[in-house]
Amino acid sequence: MSSAIAATTEDIKARNQELIGEVLKAYPEKFAKRRAKHLGTYEGDKPDCGVKSNIKSIPGVMTIRGCAYAGSKGVVWGPIKDMVHISHGPVGCGQYSWGSRRNYYKGTTGIDTFGTMQFTSDFQEKDIVFGGDKKLGKLIDEIGVLFPLSKGISIQSECPIGLIGDDIEAVSKAKSKDVGKPIVPVRCEGFRGVSQSLGHHIANDAIRDWVFEKTGDKLAQFESTPYDVAIIGDYNIGGDAWSSRILLEEMGLRVIAQWSGDGTIAELEATPKAKLNILHCYRSMNYITRHMEEKFNIPWVEYNFFGPTKIESSLREIASHFDDKIKEGAEKVIAKYKPLMQAVIDKYKPRLQGKRVMLYVGGLRPRHVIGAYEDLGMEVVGTGYEFGHNDDYQRTTHYIKDTTLIYDDVTGYEFEKFVEKVKPDLVGSGIKEKYIFQKMGVPFRQMHSWDYSGPYHGYDGFAIFARDMDIAINSPIWKLTKAPWS
Amino acid sequence: MSQSADNVIDHAALFLEPQYDSMIEAKRKNFENAPPQAEIDRVREWTKTVEYQDKNFAREALCINPAKACQPLGAVFAAVGFEKTLPFVHGSQGCVAYYRSHLSRHFKEPTSCVSSSMTEDAAVFGGLNNMVDGLANAHALYKPKMIAVSTTCMAEVIGDDLNAFIKGAKEKGSVPADFDVPFAHTPAFVGSHVTGYDNAMKGIVEHFWNGKAGTVAKTERQPNESINFIGGFDGYTVGNLREVKRLFDTMGVSYTILGDTSDVWDTPTDGEFRMYDGGTTLEDTANAIHAKATISMQEFCTEKTLSLIADAGQEVVALNHPVGVTGTDRFLMEVSRITGKPIPASITRERGRLVDAIADSNAHIHGKKFAIFGDPDLCLGMVEFLLELGAEPTTVLSTNGGKAWEAKVKALLDASPFGKDCQVFAGKDLWHLRSLLFTRPVDFLIGSTYGKYLERDTGTPLIRLGFPIFDRHHQHRYPVWGYQGGLNVLVKILDKIFDEMDKNVVAGVNDISFDIIR
Ligand code: SF4
Ligand code: SF4
Repeated sequence: MSSAIAATTEDIKARNQELIGEVLKAYPEKFAKRRAKHLGTYEGDKPDCGVKSNIKSIPGVMTIRGCAYAGSKGVVWGPIKDMVHISHGPVGCGQYSWGSRRNYYKGTTGIDTFGTMQFTSDFQEKDIVFGGDKKLGKLIDEIGVLFPLSKGISIQSECPIGLIGDDIEAVSKAKSKDVGKPIVPVRCEGFRGVSQSLGHHIANDAIRDWVFEKTGDKLAQFESTPYDVAIIGDYNIGGDAWSSRILLEEMGLRVIAQWSGDGTIAELEATPKAKLNILHCYRSMNYITRHMEEKFNIPWVEYNFFGPTKIESSLREIASHFDDKIKEGAEKVIAKYKPLMQAVIDKYKPRLQGKRVMLYVGGLRPRHVIGAYEDLGMEVVGTGYEFGHNDDYQRTTHYIKDTTLIYDDVTGYEFEKFVEKVKPDLVGSGIKEKYIFQKMGVPFRQMHSWDYSGPYHGYDGFAIFARDMDIAINSPIWKLTKAPWS
Repeated sequence: MSQSADNVIDHAALFLEPQYDSMIEAKRKNFENAPPQAEIDRVREWTKTVEYQDKNFAREALCINPAKACQPLGAVFAAVGFEKTLPFVHGSQGCVAYYRSHLSRHFKEPTSCVSSSMTEDAAVFGGLNNMVDGLANAHALYKPKMIAVSTTCMAEVIGDDLNAFIKGAKEKGSVPADFDVPFAHTPAFVGSHVTGYDNAMKGIVEHFWNGKAGTVAKTERQPNESINFIGGFDGYTVGNLREVKRLFDTMGVSYTILGDTSDVWDTPTDGEFRMYDGGTTLEDTANAIHAKATISMQEFCTEKTLSLIADAGQEVVALNHPVGVTGTDRFLMEVSRITGKPIPASITRERGRLVDAIADSNAHIHGKKFAIFGDPDLCLGMVEFLLELGAEPTTVLSTNGGKAWEAKVKALLDASPFGKDCQVFAGKDLWHLRSLLFTRPVDFLIGSTYGKYLERDTGTPLIRLGFPIFDRHHQHRYPVWGYQGGLNVLVKILDKIFDEMDKNVVAGVNDISFDIIR
């Protein structure tokens, strides 16, 4: 659609440079300098993307980032379906994150599962003044009465908790003894760290300290097999973990735990029995995988289940950790789905070939989905992370091309300007960005919630991914954004 | 294999396929340590009992599925209703990501708002630097005409002083000295989003009327013939404000809408993103002090704002989200009384059409039992409308309603024979309501999208009216105020009633009344 397609590498790099210079001009000088470190163009031969990351957002700029609470309650803990997760503090945080992440699960909500409920201590002024520990103790008792089948409780700290000096650890210890179920305090107050990312880490540590350390002899009855694996870092958004699990089972593995989409406390506890941890969202769960490697000697492997090319190599990579039976199983699975994948590509590639995409998401997606787009003949020309670290940007170099525009912790202002100039055929980002770009006439898909679709993982998911990108880009509405008389 | 390129199926159908169903079942059986089905069934039935309800109502500390949000959300709502105004929330940035998402999920529109991005060091040293830098950046990047500041609970707990901080920021040159930066402290641990709306609106009005934080002389009020109108926190704001403006224009009233959000949450898709659009001009906001009176459509969203306005010398009128004939009559008669403008025949005809529509259809609503939940004013408006339809409100619940609200609802119910069996619950949540729907069943439930969990659990059909509505599109474009709005609400209720009659009909089994004429 734009001349950029035909442009040379040098032209694109020059354009990117100019573009970055232009947006930086809008900032007061001190902040232009700070933002400059987060924007760049990938140079094909470099080991990283050349941007700084995991640094405080600058005030007043409309960062797209969330907070540590979002990383813990929203990402890691919230999906554990048979526990009650208390948003501890005022009503807001829990309300806005209620049911918004589409972590699918099976269960009778309110009876044996609690995923789409909002539990809060609904702090009032007196709780701030006098502390909330008493209230916390009481509400734990109330959960026991009203939800007898709940398997445990996590306490997700909101901003005030860490500021008023509450001792939620002491309450948790005492109460856990009382009720005989795990009670996990999580210090994920929103002001900690610079984004969701520290919340992931804190949540991982809470599992280490308050679940693994207290499992005791619960695993004595556990019957292992040589093929036990745990899925780590799949939140079952739109059912992603299920469309992944099915492939692992088909190749002969036994999935003993899902972290944390459709997960349970029993699965968390059983994970140290796994022979291999397979890690999808590296950013949010590498901490606990590394811990299990050190403590329990469980190796781990990263994988990518977006698009047939990456699925195929991931299945082989996973299988390489097992015997021939599993290796053959992987080949069988790959062969079984080949015709479906070919049919999907035959149908959608002609409609999507050559289309240019800009991404801005969290966790693993700014790199992981690139292969799926390429399977459809599309090209990712810009990408960035909400809360990535340096190791994410290093991993990204395996996916992106020379000249890719890189933006870390992009601000609303920068993102709009970039899209205006680069003129992609599709933007993939979040709900806060969706309507902005659609108004600009640019097709858009939410790449956190799958825009209420999904799953996108696995072979079944790729068909949906392809269909959805086609829906977005080839909707007839994009031809009607200009009035014929204007 | 169920997936195919010809007919791609997503989660809605995919996970009902046998290969997934059995996989999920096996996971449950082998790895989840799930309770036996009999135990689940027993507990589920137990939660339907009066015994469970008693335990549920004995709760003192735990809040489950509340129907309220926190103050800053309301502050952001109020702020975007002013010309080129950027809401700025001082505190943690995560909250702002949540407000923007929440409002966008309802309106299907962008919501612009910045944060001062306070982190751990600000918790220790205070957030002054964040305010200084934040205002400078926001001003430079987004070129607003005004920045309206509110707070997250972090800033409130550490006790940041907005007035002093904004002054300090101006001294450091973050924004020009005469740049408008109204502010409001909006602690999340007091009240709810409607309180935040009130605080922010009051902060803005106070700023313009009381000498812009000491930078200019206080405005001398010179009463004129104009009136002010405040809609309050309203999920239907786009449709409602346009309808109200049409009514005012039809009557020839001169007016100022304070906080006009009807354009910013309804911008066209034409190739351009309008970060700001419409809104009350700053000039009109300043001049609004001279108005004869201010009408608030939602008393509980504007308590402090109205008292400030009354102190400035204006008459104030507080309504309760009027819906239907009587409510709209009262609204228009107040407008007419205050302005001296008669209600024109064309509006009287609109009234007649709503009455006509009710007369045509009320037989289907008369005597039907309703449970209602939502913001305090919305509940009052809906109860009044139901009473005039001959429906029987049975349960009215507002998580953010207080004692005064409860008394008001009771008075309304007491005045009608259709209200005599109704119970009113202030400060209760939707888990309380779940019990009530089992122990005091009703025919229909009125409330926000959150009510769909209650619909699933109790089988009570949900009529979506309130905020937020996430799972139905474009509701906010249609008014619920004015006679036209009453008609929209009536049709919404009727459609649900008729849909329910036709639901689950099987030929030859229960289709005797499967009528084509009703
Ligand atoms: S931290 Fe406080 S202000 Fe922020 S969303 Fe939560 S309750 Fe609201
Ligand atoms: S990447 Fe995904 S899974 Fe990891 S935190 Fe984000 S939206 Fe998430």
